[in-house]
Amino acid sequence: MSAALRCAGLGHRYGRRLWGLRDCDLDVPAGRVVALVGPNGSGKTTLMSMAAGLLPVTEGTVEAAGGAPARRLDRIGFVAQDAPLWPRLRVADVLEVGRCMNRGFDTVMAAERIGRLGIRPRARISALSGGERAQVALTLVLAKRPELFLLDEPMANLDPLARREFLGSMFEACQETGATVLYSSHAVAELERVCDYLIVLRAGRVRLAGDIDELRSRHRVIRGPDGWPAGGGWQVISQRSMAGQTTALVRCDDACLPGPGLQDAAPAFDELVLGYLDGDAARLPEEAAA
Amino acid sequence: MFRVDAGSDVPIYRQLVQQVRRDVMLGRLQPGDQLPSVKDVVDALSVNPNTVVKAFSELEHQGMIVRRQGVGTFVAAAPPLASLAVAPRLLSPLARWVERARQDGLDAEQIRMLLEVALDEPAAGEPAAAEDDRRAAGGAA
Repeated sequence: MSAALRCAGLGHRYGRRLWGLRDCDLDVPAGRVVALVGPNGSGKTTLMSMAAGLLPVTEGTVEAAGGAPARRLDRIGFVAQDAPLWPRLRVADVLEVGRCMNRGFDTVMAAERIGRLGIRPRARISALSGGERAQVALTLVLAKRPELFLLDEPMANLDPLARREFLGSMFEACQETGATVLYSSHAVAELERVCDYLIVLRAGRVRLAGDIDELRSRHRVIRGPDGWPAGGGWQVISQRSMAGQTTALVRCDDACLPGPGLQDAAPAFDELVLGYLDGDAARLPEEAAA
Repeated sequence: MFRVDAGSDVPIYRQLVQQVRRDVMLGRLQPGDQLPSVKDVVDALSVNPNTVVKAFSELEHQGMIVRRQGVGTFVAAAPPLASLAVAPRLLSPLARWVERARQDGLDAEQIRMLLEVALDEPAAGEPAAAEDDRRAAGGAA
């Protein structure tokens, strides 16, 4: 299957010394909804901006929607954090700009969606609430019908009903056109429903990447008396001790058999993500075989 | 017909698979019954369509359901899980047992845990086995 986003040794350096992202190798299959997770400053926005062709590549390569981002702009739909739009324009003008700048822009769908959301086409962007502005930006990008959506915290300003509505529109786009979505968020609990592929960034490096179900099947959460994680055929990703008991997220690619006195369970989605955000193990560039 | 428990240690696609299997086993879904479309499930649950497709593919692979192009998805004529004909005989003592457990102050999670213990460790109720377990745990500490 073709890759929707492919990075090899990708890096961007801000100024002379600060690497926003480095040694990034990714191969995201088309049609996936990808959760991009990481603490603030871990490189999420840097990665999205390079994939959108907005930030120069310092080293390595990036291909988005089948080619160099700068040559694929009409197939990439990017919504930056906080959905920046021209504040002085009216909603209808913003949609008109979208129509003029994008071949195949779905004007009917855009107008219909704005109407359904109860946003007045005559309203100026500056007069909209944060949630409404986000909805206008998302409408703009949905109407563009891209192959690759790059959404930087798209739901941060949306209330729960608006979130459900937005997810419905996004999933519809995925089903109709087979689009790929790269989706960054801090709301880890929400991502399990939304995404089927996971990328965890930390300190500008890829810590984990792959199909979520596959990654979950390769990890276990093991609990036992303090000291147990030493040895064993597993790689400890992160561990915590409490009241003489140590609980750890471990990676074991083959079936692992915890010894007597150890309890083991499959990791919940958030245990997997938080384990990698939290852990202090060395950098693990991983790509599930799938 | 579907619900999703996000945050569970069971992946969402597997939850959907288990719910169909359970409903077939309990006779709530009969051979030939139509399942909702992927789109309906996506809309109702706000879950990723790939997850729903994966659940349906797994059910199809198991022979639980058949997909007819352009018509829909149906419970197979002869799913590999027979519906539980003996259910009432087994169910009513179990229901009484659950009632007793509730009267003893156990909540749903604790009751489920007891059931799992009984399933996974058939000897768990025997006093001697409990002693063995304690010794084994002590030895590992």
